Amino acid sequence: MSLERFISDAISPWMKREGPESDIVLSSRVRLARNIQQYVFPIAADKESAHEVIASISSCMNEEKDAAESEKLEMLMMEELKPVQKRVLVEKHLISPNLAEQAKYGAVLMNADESVSIMLNEEDHIRIQCLAPGLQLEEVLGKANEMDDLIEKNVDYAFDEKRGYLTSCPTNVGTGLRASIMMHLPALVLTKKISRIIPAINQLGLAVRGIYGEGTEAQGNIFQISNQMTLGKSEEDIMEDLAGVVMQVIQQERSARKQLQDGLKLQLEDKLFRSLGTLENCRIIQSKEAAKCLSDVRLGIDLEILPGISKTILNELMILTQPGFLQQYAGEVLTPEERDIRRATLIRERIKLENR
Amino acid sequence: MNCEECHEREASLHFTKIINGEKTEFHICEHCAKEKGEFLPGSNSFSIHQLLSGLLHGDGHVPNTPSSNFIPPSLSCEKCGMSYYQFAKIGRFGCDNCYKAFDSKLNPIFKRVHGGNTLHAGKIPLRAGSSIQEKKQLQQLKQAMQQYILNEEFEKAAETRDVIREIEHRLQQGRDT
Repeated sequence: MSLERFISDAISPWMKREGPESDIVLSSRVRLARNIQQYVFPIAADKESAHEVIASISSCMNEEKDAAESEKLEMLMMEELKPVQKRVLVEKHLISPNLAEQAKYGAVLMNADESVSIMLNEEDHIRIQCLAPGLQLEEVLGKANEMDDLIEKNVDYAFDEKRGYLTSCPTNVGTGLRASIMMHLPALVLTKKISRIIPAINQLGLAVRGIYGEGTEAQGNIFQISNQMTLGKSEEDIMEDLAGVVMQVIQQERSARKQLQDGLKLQLEDKLFRSLGTLENCRIIQSKEAAKCLSDVRLGIDLEILPGISKTILNELMILTQPGFLQQYAGEVLTPEERDIRRATLIRERIKLENR
Repeated sequence: MNCEECHEREASLHFTKIINGEKTEFHICEHCAKEKGEFLPGSNSFSIHQLLSGLLHGDGHVPNTPSSNFIPPSLSCEKCGMSYYQFAKIGRFGCDNCYKAFDSKLNPIFKRVHGGNTLHAGKIPLRAGSSIQEKKQLQQLKQAMQQYILNEEFEKAAETRDVIREIEHRLQQGRDT
């Protein structure tokens, strides 16, 4: 397979569009957790009821025949996928690691541009996820609500007047809504301001995490900010609070970038050009170093220090250089050392594709 | 000692996981730890559920009155069979009915997890929404009927009773279809 073809297959079509504030915000995501009233939750379910959940959702999706071709959802059953295929879906953020590894009788429905994915039999019966490039919280919530209403036409949700949407984990009850924003914050990390900002955000009831979610440190200066509370606030209020904090972080990052450019222009240029040089010339590279250099190059593009490189290179290569994708590209299982070599080759080839 | 993941490099990271007194040890090299970070026992496996489970057992720092802390061993959900102890251990409900079965224990948990909130303030599903409205109306009508009876306004009480029956009939039909 050619590299161009591989990349175009690997990158979700929605990621190729550019969204608002895209110099800092990579993507916006909303997830709604829902359960069907008549069945026990996946954690307590047997094979039969798990299959009934899949059957009832897939039949109600098929009823929406008049939906446009681009809106049609394709279903994948977890038990029919190879481990590497599941890993690729995880690396594209289309399914959770939990669905790939642990869920019994899990399945996922996806639309053509992969901006909508609906996981079945994860921790909850139904997890609706909508993604968009840049800062577009209202749009993703709108889309998720649309899918939610569509499903609700055909099933009775587990819902309680007092507690709202009932979920398996007490941390999701109420709205079942988790909204998260993926942000690239290299200047806040360089100026060490991030260590003051993260605790402040946490105090506002929001969580800040590294790119892979819970419990991992940030790779490539990519942070995810999301709401923690799901009970006692309306969906709109949750989104407003999150958007307010995100806008402030954007301002902080922009002013830190300006500060770097004004005060340390030469040092900054040196750092960014060196990183580009590493990526153009490396023969063996571990994922952490690759992520660091890619972050530098992306910053260089945004500050117009490194012209002629496409903006999506960070998003693309952050995904492509993960173990699952490297192995899929290679068509075989690789040892960590082999992956580091493959990763270096792939990055060099990808940068050569740029018209410079 | 060699790394337990790649069996090639020297293990430089040593983890000991103790959960409920059960001790497990891991020895891996730094390289594998980075590569396999998300699968590594001990990094991600200390999840939100384990954290929650600590809170649910009532051994947190929030003072509880002895009476509210006492959990009868029989407290369990009749729909999925999960006991309160199981729920407290895994930090997850087994079905929608668990919320009713464990209701008396839930407010302190929700308060801690959701910044003091215990009541839903967001979206209501369209279908359930209309029946929730009707149930509220039903409650109000029943109270009104009692008041009419107390006031000996039996004609009005009878009228209200008819309206109540009509709504109950409609709710019943909605359930059957």
